[in-house]
Amino acid sequence: MNITFDISAIVAVLATLMMITRPSAVHALLYLTVSLLAAALVFFVLGAPFAAALEVIIYAGAIMVLFVFVIMMLNIGEAAAALESTWLQPSTWIGPSVLALLLAIELGSLAATGSLAHPAGAVVNAQAVGIALVGPYMLAVEIASFLLLAALVAAFHLGRAVMRED
Amino acid sequence: MLSSVRTLWYTFLHLFQRNVTVPYPEQMPYLAPRTRGRIILSRDPDGEERCVSCYLCAVACPVDCISLQKTEDEGRWYPEFFRINFSRCIFCGFCEEACPTYAIQLTPDFEMSEYIRQNLVYEKEDLLISGTGKYPDYSFYRVAGLAIPGKDKGEAEGERKPIDIRSLMP
Amino acid sequence: MSNPNDIIPGLLNIILGLAFLMMMAALLTWVERRLLGFLQDRPGPNRAGPSGSLQVVADGIKLLFKQDWIPPFADPGVFVLAPAIAMVTVMLAIAVIPATPAIGIIGNLNVGLLFFLAMSGLGVYSVVLAGWSSNNKFSLLGGVRAAAQMVSYEVFMGLSLVGVVMLSGSFNLTDIVHSQRHLWYVVPQFIGFVIFFMGGIAETHRLPFDLPEGESELGAGFHTEYSGMKFGMFFVGEYIGIMLVSAMTTVLFLGGWYGPFLPPFMWFGIKTGLLVAFFILLRAALPRPRYDQFMAFGWKLLLPLTLINILVTGALMLAGPVPS
Repeated sequence: MNITFDISAIVAVLATLMMITRPSAVHALLYLTVSLLAAALVFFVLGAPFAAALEVIIYAGAIMVLFVFVIMMLNIGEAAAALESTWLQPSTWIGPSVLALLLAIELGSLAATGSLAHPAGAVVNAQAVGIALVGPYMLAVEIASFLLLAALVAAFHLGRAVMRED
Repeated sequence: MLSSVRTLWYTFLHLFQRNVTVPYPEQMPYLAPRTRGRIILSRDPDGEERCVSCYLCAVACPVDCISLQKTEDEGRWYPEFFRINFSRCIFCGFCEEACPTYAIQLTPDFEMSEYIRQNLVYEKEDLLISGTGKYPDYSFYRVAGLAIPGKDKGEAEGERKPIDIRSLMP
Repeated sequence: MSNPNDIIPGLLNIILGLAFLMMMAALLTWVERRLLGFLQDRPGPNRAGPSGSLQVVADGIKLLFKQDWIPPFADPGVFVLAPAIAMVTVMLAIAVIPATPAIGIIGNLNVGLLFFLAMSGLGVYSVVLAGWSSNNKFSLLGGVRAAAQMVSYEVFMGLSLVGVVMLSGSFNLTDIVHSQRHLWYVVPQFIGFVIFFMGGIAETHRLPFDLPEGESELGAGFHTEYSGMKFGMFFVGEYIGIMLVSAMTTVLFLGGWYGPFLPPFMWFGIKTGLLVAFFILLRAALPRPRYDQFMAFGWKLLLPLTLINILVTGALMLAGPVPS
């Protein structure tokens, strides 16, 4: 179990690194997808199979596909890739990297002190997730649904506006 | 939606119908005698070539796949060579319709496959058959007025004797 | 799992299962062409081997010996990755299906249903990436269509299964089959059954919903540039996808391995086989819808229907003595 966790965690970190450093947008998205899949495996190992499945279905299976879809439609060529390469200067990435390093040190110190020694908790099944969503987190769910409804109406409106011009 | 379901049902019923196709090399389809297939040159009932090299077939051919050269032998006209390029032929049958002597005919044979394209150019020896084809009794020289050895003018079927224009007799 | 004695039979199970699956998929190519022939009043491929069954071998040899060409204008890495994704996702998804309580690779996974949905969601990548990496406008159009179509129909496919999950109270496929001992879910969940099957057709982009391929307008759509075994992988992936959707429908709606007289495995095979035959019948009978009609059909008809289905199922479960 621990080996599975370690491997998927390393894969997640490496894939995320590769995602940041790729000049080609589609390649970067592919690495991001791999990173999400690795994160899903981490969830699974930690005892949350429902969250793991949702991670793959929603993030990797739907949202990332839409990202790929949009990038395909934009038809980003060599020029954009070259521009992306110029952005990968040390001055650009040094700040976020330092912050990320701080987080990594924090995580490492927690692991060293033994606070993360037993990551595998009780298995959280779908029923528990559902009860939590409509119980203590009811307000958050309602607010999120308002937001989604607003987004839906906005998308519908924008789509109609384009149709009318034709 | 309902029409889609109906379509599905009718298509399903086709599972139990007889095949309309036949397994071809084992089970040969019936081909009518008039089928336009490989072209042959026929002979008249006496075994002589019917072709009189009138060039009408070559003129009628829309793809110019027929070429021939006329020659004469004791009054009879023959093709010196007669060449059909079957890689060009479209089997339209115009040559057969144009032929005044029933010499060129299309047969129901269509199985002409070659690995080498040149082999599809048929010479006169390849085209000539020993029989009369679709018109067993017809012989052009027997009904034509042309004089050939063994048949003088006026001896053809249904032909009157030639009139001696210097004679005063009726 | 940590015991090494358990690993070897497990691995053997996986390898034999996948080998069996590959053989069935290859055989299915022949079965489809033969059945399609009969449905169209012709015999279909009947030359190679006894009544044409070795046609599979001939096709396989042909595909293996074709030049494995990567177009110079393509993105080589992604171009190779795409067919691999196509095969891997369907094979992983089919692993969770329990043919019987004993036969199956990981049939007892406690989120089996979600795993299936996740894998079919990842399957979109194969088509989309194939379309993008080919760097060809027809392929790209196929990929764009595939992305929109599969993401949309995944929504209805997932929602149509909610009724089943509510009735059985489990994501575990084995438990779902067990709860159908008395009544197959095709009866109380008929709308869910129809919508799931349609979603399955759209997910495997089979005819009549093969808009990503659309031979008549897009060449061959997303796999226009593919040749040799890479094309073969798409091909085999598609056929495993057919079996996957058929087997999944059997498990979820048609009572899995339950049935009188015959052994359980036979019943599972018969039901799955009939559904596969129905896939082929659909291909023979129905024309491809126009793209906008297809999307409108999904969002304007199937989505409300699935939502109403969930609502009615939930209301009945709360109100009446529905067996759960």
